[in-house]
Parts: sequence; C-alpha cells; structure tokens
Amino acid sequence: MIEIISADRCVACNQCVSVCPTNVFDRVEDGIPVIARQSDCQTCFMCELYCPVDALYVAPDSEQLTGITEAELEEQELLGGYREKVGWGKGRQPVASHEFMVKLAARAGF
Amino acid sequence: MNQPALKEGLKWTADVLVIGGGPAGTWAALTAAAKGSKVILADKGYCGSSGATAPSGTGVWYVKPEAELREAAKASRYAMGGKLAEHRWMDRVLDRTYENMNRLGVSGYPFPVDEAGNPYRRGLQGPEYMRLMRKLVKKAGVTILDHSPVLQLLADEHGVAGAAGVRTQSGEAWSVQAGAVVIATGGCAFLSKALGCNVLTGDGYLFAAEAGASLSGMEFSNAYAICPTFSSVTKTAYYSYASFYYEDGSVVEGAGSKRGRSVIARNLLAGRQVFAKLDGADAELQPLLRTAQTNFFLPFDRRGINPFKDVFPVTLRLEGTVRGTGGIRITDESCGTGVPGLYAAGDAATRELICGGFTGGGSHNAAWAMSSGSFAGEGAAAYAARLGRHSYHRAPVGLSSSPLVHGEVKAGAAARTAEYVEAVQAEVKPYDINLFRTEQGLTSSLGRLDGLWTEQRSREIRLTPEGVKAREAQAMTATARWMYNSALARTETRGMHKREDFQGSDDTQHHRLISGGLDQVWVKTEEVAKESVLL
Repeated sequence: MIEIISADRCVACNQCVSVCPTNVFDRVEDGIPVIARQSDCQTCFMCELYCPVDALYVAPDSEQLTGITEAELEEQELLGGYREKVGWGKGRQPVASHEFMVKLAARAGF
Repeated sequence: MNQPALKEGLKWTADVLVIGGGPAGTWAALTAAAKGSKVILADKGYCGSSGATAPSGTGVWYVKPEAELREAAKASRYAMGGKLAEHRWMDRVLDRTYENMNRLGVSGYPFPVDEAGNPYRRGLQGPEYMRLMRKLVKKAGVTILDHSPVLQLLADEHGVAGAAGVRTQSGEAWSVQAGAVVIATGGCAFLSKALGCNVLTGDGYLFAAEAGASLSGMEFSNAYAICPTFSSVTKTAYYSYASFYYEDGSVVEGAGSKRGRSVIARNLLAGRQVFAKLDGADAELQPLLRTAQTNFFLPFDRRGINPFKDVFPVTLRLEGTVRGTGGIRITDESCGTGVPGLYAAGDAATRELICGGFTGGGSHNAAWAMSSGSFAGEGAAAYAARLGRHSYHRAPVGLSSSPLVHGEVKAGAAARTAEYVEAVQAEVKPYDINLFRTEQGLTSSLGRLDGLWTEQRSREIRLTPEGVKAREAQAMTATARWMYNSALARTETRGMHKREDFQGSDDTQHHRLISGGLDQVWVKTEEVAKESVLL
C-alpha cells in the first residue's frame, strides 16, 4: 500500500493524484497532495513510477500497513528504486528495450 | 425508466464513446478516430495506468504470417480450451495483432532487438505500452475523460446512445450522447487486489445486460493466480521455476504453476500453508527473469526476501474473468453485441473465440485486446457514420436497473456497500465453491447471491463517487450470478471450468453457454461455428 509522500522531495506536481487508478490521493491547495483513501490502494506501484522526483513509496504489503518511516527509506535507499529499474527518468534507457527480454524468450518461451 | 442523468451536470456529444482506457479501449478510440469519428474515451481511473495491463509485462500472441507458424499457434490452446475457439476468429486476431504490433514499433514503442538486429515483438511492458497508447490517442484528437466512471448507459428505441456517470475528483455528474458506444471496461476480479485489477469489477457486463445484451462463457471465470500472501503481484508464469514446500520443509507433491494449482488450493483449503521458492531458476536465468518482470521482484526486494533462495508463503488470488475467458457475447465481426449501437472489446468481451475455455491470460488477452479494440472501433465508427446528424437529435434515457438520483449520500450507505462487496467475495473467492465446483455448492451460493441482488436491486444510487462503489457491488453480484448459473448448466469439466461431480468432458456439451438477465438469470446453449473443428 502507498505509505509515504516525502515532504522533502515532493514538488506538488500532483501527477500522483492524476495517475492513481483508484483515486487514493487528494490535491491540497498551496500544499503537497495527501493520501486520502489509503484502503483503496491496490498496490500497483503506478504512482511511484510516475513521480518525477521519487517522493513516493508503495510498501510491498497489499493487505496491511508496514509502518515504515521516511528516515528508514532514505537509509535503505528505497525511494525511486522502481522507477530506476523500469528505466524511466532523464538519461535512462527504458527496460522495455533491454536485450534480456529477447534472451529470456529464447530460453523460457515467455 | 426516465433517469435524471441528462438534466444536470457536464454534457458532451460524440460519434463514438469508448468506456475504458486500457489496451482495448485505446485501440478502439484510435481506430474510430482514424475513420473520422469524433471520439470521447472515459476511464474510471486514468487512461495509461488503469487496468491489468498497465502495471505489468505481458506476452503478445504475435506470430509471423507463415502458414506453419500460424497453425501451431492456433493449435496451442485449442484442445486445452475445450475446442471452443474458432478458426476464423483466430486468423483475424493473429492478422490484426501482427499489424498493430508493427504499427506500435513505427509509433515509437522501444522494442528490444535480437542478435541479428530484428525487433522482438512478442511482448510488451505495460507502463511503456499504455503511456504510449495515451499519447497516440491524444494525438489522434480523442478527448480523454480521466476519473470518470460510467454509472449507466443511455438509450432510446433505436439503440444505445451514450452513457452517464460521475467525475470522481470533482464530484460532477457527466453524460455523453453518442452515436455508438464501445464497452472496454475489462473483466471482473472482484476487488481481490490482483495486480492492477481493482478497477475491474464487471461494470461493463452489467451495463451491457441492462441494455439487453447477453454474455458468453461465464463458467470460464475461475482463474486464480499464484501470489505471495502479502503481495498484489500476480505473475503465475514465473512459478514454473518454483518448488512448493510445507512449513517443515517437505515438498508439496504435485503442486505446480499449471495443473498443480489445484494441489495448492486443496492444501490451503485444509488449512496447510504452502510456501514457494524459485529454486528451479539457475544463476544464468535469474538476471533475465529480474529484468523481464521488474515488478515481480519489487515486493521481495522490499521485504528482504531472495525468492530464488528463500521460501515465502503463497496464496491463490482470484482473477475471475480477467484471466478467465467469459464476457459479453459478440454477435458479429465488428464486435457488436446484438444491441444496436453497442460494441464490446478486450476482457469485457468473451475470449472464447480465440482461446475457448482455457485461460486468456498473457499473450492471447493482449492480442485480443488490441484486435477486438480495433474491430469494435471501426464498427462503432461505421455505425455512427450511418446515423449521421440524427445521432445528435435523440432523447435517450438511462438504463440503470436501480434508480440513479442526485443528492447527498445517505448515512451508512458506504458501510452497506462494503457489506455487499464482502458478501459477494465470500461466494466467489473460496476455492471450494468457485474452483472445485459442485451442484450443491453452486446452488446454495446462488441462493445467497440471488438474495443479495434482490436487496441491492431497489437501492437508490447517488450520482456520487460513493454511488460508483454501489454500482460496482451490483455489477459483481450480477457477474457472480451469471458465472454460477452457467457453471451449474455445464455438467462436465471443460477448459478451466472444473466440476467435482462431473470430472470428465462430455462430447454432447461441446457448445457455448450464453447467459443474461438481471432479476431472472437465464442460460442457453449455442453451437460453436462448424469450421472450428478443422484443427
């Protein structure tokens, strides 16, 4: 479930409010968005992927809150990890074009 | 019933309205726009991130137009699907998928290249694919309404003429009057939190049935995915490299990602937790798996689990008709539904035509979405063009089976809806009702589901975000009833439909089951096109 919006990183672009398929976030006048309907989160990680400044963290647990803190995320360098792997963001190569896709297909058939 | 939806709120007109912005909806919008239609696409969430495709990677049934390869591709799921697929439809879908995938390459999808430098087009990464589809749809001049779920279709005596709903972020009611409507709302996974599936609640089935359309293959609706108990990431294919264990480390005999899923289910039913470990993937394969399905490893990495070395508890998460094959019955080659002006595409439509009763999961569903989306988009555009300017002078009314009203949400309404959702889930999630089906189990479940439908039937639904959830609960209830009535009628085991009391397949039941109706659910048989036995 979505657990963290980093106030330090968030630039209030409200991209997460737009892209969340289940409308979990709310815009805030003159502020950063808030997690308004946390239990509606389907743990699809799309908000994290679309966040241009790596300010969001979706915890892996889809059933309950883990209670992870922003300090722990910074320490474990977990913010932005998914976006980096997908290859989104300036100067990155999208994983969609990775040669391993072809290699896996040759070996596994999928 | 004269609904007030058109009297207040935002109003637009279009030639074609597409409901749903996943792969099928975006392809429908693109092709309709290319035929010169003015198109509006309304998504319940956000076109680009909504639905089962956007968050994950998928194979695509992309096969070069060489006779031998095509024949092998068609034969691959034919027998497993209970021989319910049709030759002609498989050919059409293979042709259109080939064409559309090549078009995606031209439009900028970053396909990987093989050693010879040829683009590899048998897979798509969801985030990349759907971000590109949104861009292409916008470039084609389509108006996108995000966060705009539909609550009901609109129609007059000539046929379907639009839809009405609510914008969840502003609370405004909206309606679109259109010459033709394409339903591309996906399947139904009953809010099970399978990856990306919580927007897929069978809404389109309910809308179609309220307009008089029927469903097909709703007995093929019991797909379950292997998934870590704590996670939403459903990617059963990777478990072909898994071994399954009990808590004491002994092997679960017969458990597997394909036919062995039943063994896992029976253990879970008996209260024995099953654990998995991907120990069948060697060191060389591991980085390939990691790269090809980035999000598969995300939950493990974040919990400090190495799935190649550590065991983790697994469950079977319901994917319903998302990976099943049942859906709205298709009555012609343009993906019409038999109701004038109404078309269906993607997982909202039956996929029996290309994979029978075996899972549509992965490559077939992806191919079906882009092909049926294109067929439906073209069909809807042609229909709207025939109506011409007449389409703007109609006075359609809403088709919702429950009264839709403006006004404040009543206290307790949300809690009530949540109760209905839980009650439906209690009928469709249990393996001993839905996976291992029996006459007794289905009949007693239907008794409760019929009661749930009757209770919800006369509920006033508010044109608010809360009302959207109430309609979802109704759609899931209706879906479960078509599923179980069809499952009861098929007294044999075929495709994914398993009857404990009829374990073999019965040649005299080599037919489709069509279903429909709201207060009175009906099921009847339909012959499979003759040429389908050629294989």
